[in-house]
Amino acid sequence: MERLPRWADVFLVPFINLLLAFFVSGLVVLAVGEDPVKAVWVMLKGSLGSTAGLGYTLYYATNYIFTGLAVAIAFHARLFNIGGEGQAAIAGVGVALVLLAANWPHWMLALPFAIIGAGAFGAMWAAIPAYLQARRGSHIVITTIMFNFIAAAVMGFLLNGWLKSPRTQNAESLPFPPGAHLPTAHELLAPLGIGFSKSAPLNISFLLALLCAWLVFLLLWRTRLGYAIRAFGQSESAARYAGISAVRIIMITMLISGALAGMLSINVVMGEQGRLIKEFVEGAGFVGIAVALMGRSHPFGIVLAAILFGMLTQGGFELLWEMPNLSKEMVLVIQALIILFTGALDNMVRAPLERLFLYFNRRKEGAV
Amino acid sequence: MEHSQNFVLFLVTLNQMITVSVVLIFAGLAGLFSERSGIFDIGLEGKMLISAFFAAAVSFATGNVWIGVLGGIAASMVFALIHGITSITFRGNQLISGVALNFLASGLTVVLGNAWYRKGGQTPTLSGDARFSEITLPFADALRDVPFLGPIYAEVISGHKPLVYVAFALVPLSWWLLYRTRFGLRLRAVGENPASVDTAGISVIRLRFVAVLIAGVLCGLAGAYLSTSQGAAFGREMTAGRGFIALAALIFAKWRPWYLLMATLLFGLLEAISNLFPNIDVFGLFTIPVQFTQALPYILTVVILAGFVGKAIPPRAGGEPYVKER
Repeated sequence: MERLPRWADVFLVPFINLLLAFFVSGLVVLAVGEDPVKAVWVMLKGSLGSTAGLGYTLYYATNYIFTGLAVAIAFHARLFNIGGEGQAAIAGVGVALVLLAANWPHWMLALPFAIIGAGAFGAMWAAIPAYLQARRGSHIVITTIMFNFIAAAVMGFLLNGWLKSPRTQNAESLPFPPGAHLPTAHELLAPLGIGFSKSAPLNISFLLALLCAWLVFLLLWRTRLGYAIRAFGQSESAARYAGISAVRIIMITMLISGALAGMLSINVVMGEQGRLIKEFVEGAGFVGIAVALMGRSHPFGIVLAAILFGMLTQGGFELLWEMPNLSKEMVLVIQALIILFTGALDNMVRAPLERLFLYFNRRKEGAV
Repeated sequence: MEHSQNFVLFLVTLNQMITVSVVLIFAGLAGLFSERSGIFDIGLEGKMLISAFFAAAVSFATGNVWIGVLGGIAASMVFALIHGITSITFRGNQLISGVALNFLASGLTVVLGNAWYRKGGQTPTLSGDARFSEITLPFADALRDVPFLGPIYAEVISGHKPLVYVAFALVPLSWWLLYRTRFGLRLRAVGENPASVDTAGISVIRLRFVAVLIAGVLCGLAGAYLSTSQGAAFGREMTAGRGFIALAALIFAKWRPWYLLMATLLFGLLEAISNLFPNIDVFGLFTIPVQFTQALPYILTVVILAGFVGKAIPPRAGGEPYVKER
């Protein structure tokens, strides 16, 4: 039984949720004595008004596409992977090990191996919670949270010990060889005669993110495995009855999810930092939850939501300069409200809308 | 009386264990009430953080720490109410609601703190009546010379701030409330089988709201303790994952009050050890890095969850919204 027309389900409900989140955020801005309209303007100008701003926006969006896809694919199997943060961090170790292992002659050669390193390490960090959920029934939300903290400890241990660069006091690895440098948007667009900011960290990983979104779409809606994942998420008992192995689906879905979260380290560790640092994920794993909810767990929606969140992140930095009463943490408030309204309070908007549509449909039928 | 250096170190460690365990006890009990009623709460962290901020802000504004504590509790209860409305009234996803509240607290505390005090998210330092001071228990000085037990009484048990004793008193109180009262029986039942409670003519919704609001009060105490007792100001992200350690302790204790006390003391001891002795040298053979001690609570929780050493089974109706008509 369809209670809501598809367009209302896919666009209207998330749109109203988003409006509510922005409305409450506006109240917070008013409460600290600033003008919400001006804040929106500053954020728009800061995130899209220059190629530098755009470069940062899409750089953050790249991260959020990866983590959003990671959360979304798990959602499809009705698994809540809160561990993107830890999986991405450990994937950074994989990238660093690959890139420090050889003097890479060219990024085209280094990139595939770095992707394998990131994917394998990210998947490995998701594998243990996945196994415990599949075999022992341990709640995956709790285990992935615990693994985020364990990952932070592992990073601290490695970067103060085995992986620490002897050249500096900071907890960071040696810089990667110059051949492992990924081309930035500036370097890619210059030969085409398009001027792009040199300072923006946007790099070729953005295309990798779009490719991943496409692949996730194909996997979920065009393959047997994807069908099995979605069937398992819809009804575990029906899927079991159809001969789908729960253990297999949980393991495979979480491995893919961990590997996708791990791709974030290609963008940040390989693309921007050029070395492994301690806290490079910076909450992107959690933003992925908001992105997946906002994008209705569909790759296309996720790309759009990731760009929106990229704009928020980049725009938030601009707030700091232009509006002294606001800080960049305003973005966290907006994110939180988006998660709250789209994720947890969905029924608050959905139920009245359903009643409204039902009322109009009845009237139409009555007229006929 | 002179004590050997090792004995002094032992006393210092125990003293610090108690100081850092208090937050975990408050927050763990908060989780206990909420989860026992069937509402998952991963927003302990956020409730503590918002309370820590408002406790410090109100203490600073009024100059009275007790009013500050009430301010912290009020802020935490607002968050608890939001969690209740999303997960009980609108039957939303309890985990997602918790994640959202954690984010909201991280953002709001810094935004408001910056706007009010311009100190990078910090509140001004509290002094005088705006923060708690230590209580010396009776006879602490008189008994100091009793061998072994005397110094333990004087150094470890006496000389803490008031909220410390409140926390330790709340453990037996919670046990009594949950296991020896009608309210407690109903609360535990609603977390296992809400339909049966409903059939008995008791409101599932009201019981769960009460449980969630109790969790709000307790998280409020935890946060207020952080910024007005353990510290003397609010600092950004000052909870630093303690809400999740408390959650871990709750699972480690398999959702039981006395075991929760043991688990929080164990995790508090680990935190005290990692603060006092960063890298432990084991007989010159190898060193235990500080990161291992810090990660141990989480590792232990995963081991318990995996069920290899006694399985932790959560309340059966946990995380599922109750739908009356089926």
